[in-house]
Amino acid sequence: MNPGTNTAAVEKNRSVAWPGSARKRRLGWLWLPLVVCLLFLYVPIATVVAMSFNGGNSALHFQSFSLRWYPAFFRDADMVRALLSSLTVALSAAAFSTVVGTLLAVGLVRYARSTFLDSLAMGPAIMPDIVLAIGLLAFFTLGGIPLGLTTITIAHAAFGVAFVVAVVRARLVQLDRSLEEASEDLGAGRSATFLRVTLPTIAPAVLAGALLSFTLSLDEFVIAFFTNGPTTTTLPIAIYSRVRFGITPEINALAAMLLVLTIASVIIGALAIRRTEKE
Amino acid sequence: MIEPLVTIRGLCAHYGSVKALDNITLDIRDNEFFALLGPSGCGKTTLLRSLAGFEAPTAGTIYLAGDDLLAMPANRRPVNMMFQSYALFPHMTVERNVGYGPARAGVPRAEVARRVAEVLETVGLAGLANRRPSQLSGGQRQRVALARAIVNRPRLLLLDEPLSALDRNVRSQMQTELKRLQHDVGITFVIVTHDQEEALSMADRIAVMSHGVVQQVATPEDLYRSPANRHVAEFIGRSNIFEGEAEPRGLRVPNIGILPGHGEGSYLVVRPEDIRIAPRGGLPSPVLTGTVVDSQFSGGTTVTSVIPDNIETLSRQPISVTQPGFPTFAHNTAVELAWPSHSAVIVA
Repeated sequence: MNPGTNTAAVEKNRSVAWPGSARKRRLGWLWLPLVVCLLFLYVPIATVVAMSFNGGNSALHFQSFSLRWYPAFFRDADMVRALLSSLTVALSAAAFSTVVGTLLAVGLVRYARSTFLDSLAMGPAIMPDIVLAIGLLAFFTLGGIPLGLTTITIAHAAFGVAFVVAVVRARLVQLDRSLEEASEDLGAGRSATFLRVTLPTIAPAVLAGALLSFTLSLDEFVIAFFTNGPTTTTLPIAIYSRVRFGITPEINALAAMLLVLTIASVIIGALAIRRTEKE
Repeated sequence: MIEPLVTIRGLCAHYGSVKALDNITLDIRDNEFFALLGPSGCGKTTLLRSLAGFEAPTAGTIYLAGDDLLAMPANRRPVNMMFQSYALFPHMTVERNVGYGPARAGVPRAEVARRVAEVLETVGLAGLANRRPSQLSGGQRQRVALARAIVNRPRLLLLDEPLSALDRNVRSQMQTELKRLQHDVGITFVIVTHDQEEALSMADRIAVMSHGVVQQVATPEDLYRSPANRHVAEFIGRSNIFEGEAEPRGLRVPNIGILPGHGEGSYLVVRPEDIRIAPRGGLPSPVLTGTVVDSQFSGGTTVTSVIPDNIETLSRQPISVTQPGFPTFAHNTAVELAWPSHSAVIVA
């Protein structure tokens, strides 16, 4: 309507980019601990990736550059089976956690308003894994449920729900309640309001919760170890049983691939979030 | 007599042990610009939200054109609301925001588009249909919220502090525009505000509320000229209030005698512009004497503050007197004040 307001808005957006460089200038000598921290975090990861390109048979002495351990992993039937099991468990647990966790968060924020119920729902996320593992094992054994991928999935879903609730709840609390009221005011029922207004506005948090429960399940060891059956295995357990006989470059290659998978999913998540936030 | 559009009878609402609405009885006429005015916490927003369907009153009834409004859920009421925060859906364009209501009512797509275009034209936003709320200015967002609330042609449009988020200049422009729009679309508006100027300038009738009770319902002029009680007098406009005992000729005050006025009660309200002021000995029949403490010129009028002799106003503040023109009294001038009996009202 008014061209003046448009340019003002553009100017405002441009100025948002500035604090970054201002922060850099204000950092001073603090860059040193920052770099040390970052090295501490990333040198081990970089080591794994570098060693995965080692041509030799040793996982610790770099001899020559080679990609041979990557196809070698896929020829290892046991490891591939473990990877597929892990992906199945992680996808199912994430799907369940996302749906149930989102609905639970909506219920907690919109209808319950109880700090006690909130802590109860998010408890499994804070509880030590070992407690959850022992409890689940006892529960499955008492209930006569045969241990296997199903029990691992159930166990992973149990703490996945808690993480999804934590993430989605934080977003819902910030959400302007009047958005949902406006939807009802304009004639939409409860379910239409949820699908058309609530869900789209919390979508970034739901996606973040889904990614979180997926990656947490993918590399979860303690609970999977306890609730695992005799004939099945997930990737972390398979890797652990291999590593007991020494790290092989094949494991490094696997670690590098998992890293790429994780980074890719984080980037996809971030892009999705940015897109919805823009809207 | 014309049947009112909305009849509210004996409405009560509680938050825990706090009474938010205390036995509210009110009529709102068809095609009226009605304001609920009061300080924050007076229950005006609770009343508005009860009309919209977001609060469940504990007792009482609300009928809209003969239908029991409280028996209907919010999404079935022929009532739309413009929220204080505007509550625009951030993930939808202006067009889809405005078309949300008709689309939920099952109106065919082409018809929705036609209605949206029409209403955007009405509020002066044609051409911005594909923008998102984040790309609009505050004033534009407010128009979108308004368009979205009137596109369904509700019997009643509720506006919750609609202008509070706007800056001063845009606000006065929107005041005029809301008034024009209400006239053009012919919908009954109920506006909630704590800003008396806003209510006085826009509304046909105003309900002044405090502590969950309606103190008075009247036209802006009546509220100003004949407030029902001291609360209304204090809240609407500037006033000088004295306490005493009503007599046929005015209010009897110890040490002073009788202050001219009319009405029943123990408080006399006299507006600053109704008081005449002159140097000692300059008025034929002075009511009070006093000393000038301050004289402020505020463009066209001058407000003079006078500390009266032997009497205090209810608020213990100096008496304020508004006169046209420039300040004519220096600090510490001894003056006389007078007002005619018909322009001062005695209230409970």
